[in-house]
Amino acid sequence: MSGLLRDALVIARKDLALELRTKTGLGSALVFTALVLTVFNFGRDPTAVAALDLAPSILWVTFTFAAVLSLNRAFQLELENQAFEGLLVSPIDRRSLYLGKLFANLVFVGLVEAVGLPLFALFFNIPILHVLLPLAALIAVATVGFVAVGTLMSALVIRVRFAELMLPVLLLPFLIPPLVGAVQVTARLLAGRPLSEVSGWLRLLLAYDVVFVSLAALLFPATVDE
Amino acid sequence: MLWAEGVRHRFGAVPALDDVTFTLPAGHTLALFGPNGAGKTTLLKVLAGLIRPRAGRAGVEGGRGAIGWIGHQSLLYGQLTVRENLRFWGSLYGVRAPVLDARISGLAARLDLREHLDRRVSTLSRGQTQRAAIARALMHDPSVLLLDEPFTGLDRVAAGELANLVREFAGRGEGRATILVTHNVEEGTDLATDIGILKAGRLVELAPRNARNPEQVGARYRELVS
Repeated sequence: MSGLLRDALVIARKDLALELRTKTGLGSALVFTALVLTVFNFGRDPTAVAALDLAPSILWVTFTFAAVLSLNRAFQLELENQAFEGLLVSPIDRRSLYLGKLFANLVFVGLVEAVGLPLFALFFNIPILHVLLPLAALIAVATVGFVAVGTLMSALVIRVRFAELMLPVLLLPFLIPPLVGAVQVTARLLAGRPLSEVSGWLRLLLAYDVVFVSLAALLFPATVDE
Repeated sequence: MLWAEGVRHRFGAVPALDDVTFTLPAGHTLALFGPNGAGKTTLLKVLAGLIRPRAGRAGVEGGRGAIGWIGHQSLLYGQLTVRENLRFWGSLYGVRAPVLDARISGLAARLDLREHLDRRVSTLSRGQTQRAAIARALMHDPSVLLLDEPFTGLDRVAAGELANLVREFAGRGEGRATILVTHNVEEGTDLATDIGILKAGRLVELAPRNARNPEQVGARYRELVS
């Protein structure tokens, strides 16, 4: 295993241990997900718009905002006792710090999505079992893209006042392409349409992942150095 | 050994370091004094690679992996135990798994931390936390110690303990070079082989301590910075 990956896993394991011990970020994101789905469920007129038409947008809006909540925590926990300074003084490659945070964030957001998806199916009475595998794959592909950008942005705002507010302001414009793609593909999947209808969106999602994971890893050192 | 050569840095329009040049050989301990805003912490950060200076060069023989960094914050994660923190930081510095536990046990014995290894850092007293911070800084057996106001917030007893530990680990005979940034002229002089005084980013004094006592150093300091 390369040093870059080994150090990234050490950092991800530490973040997961911290989160599992405090459950602050994960707990908030899970409660937030359940609440948003509940609000959407009771806040719509089922006779006006079919659940299937609204469901993809609601699913991805919920996942996006829950992810932003989780991402806010990623670097804030490094501010405790100035641990971030220790990470920067250590001899690890800055990119492994980014990758470690990315891995941990993917686990957090993945957990939130794993809980949110069945709740979504339950609240909106949408059968998902027949498309569970492609839907899970789609969620994974879209999540990698927006968590990659979100991890970079959360490092960017770490020393900024009102970081919790700045993160969504900076991040959401970057999430529009994968969000639109994910909604389009989810709509086709839930409607039982062939994926060939949205192959362009799928390619966009994959390209977004490759471009933004690479770009974020390259730009990350410049965002953390003074 | 560590060195700075013509280092200049500024934060916006405010000069922080102005043509700082010095070399500190192994076995020497430099006590660096200066009023607030003189550039002491900035100089440490430049040496540690946390700040890239606008001009000049600075570094540490052996690179970032050779640095042990102790600040007035512990750089430890409050929700992890002392042992988990030490394992984490040791891993980041490339201390191999079989050596990690032996290193932790050795440092815990020397720093009187054995009973506290499995306590969360957030439950430790200030003095215990500072000892854990020292253990963290020494996990990888650094050859250079950079201490940034390590006595801040410590009572007289804890400060005395810390001074003894710094003397033992940073000291003479073990081949380590140490820079100690402090406002406390008495403690700094007592630990130092060399005295440095920074004023408005300039190193206005750099001399061996020789037989000078703290009162003489304090008088020189007042003369230079007034």
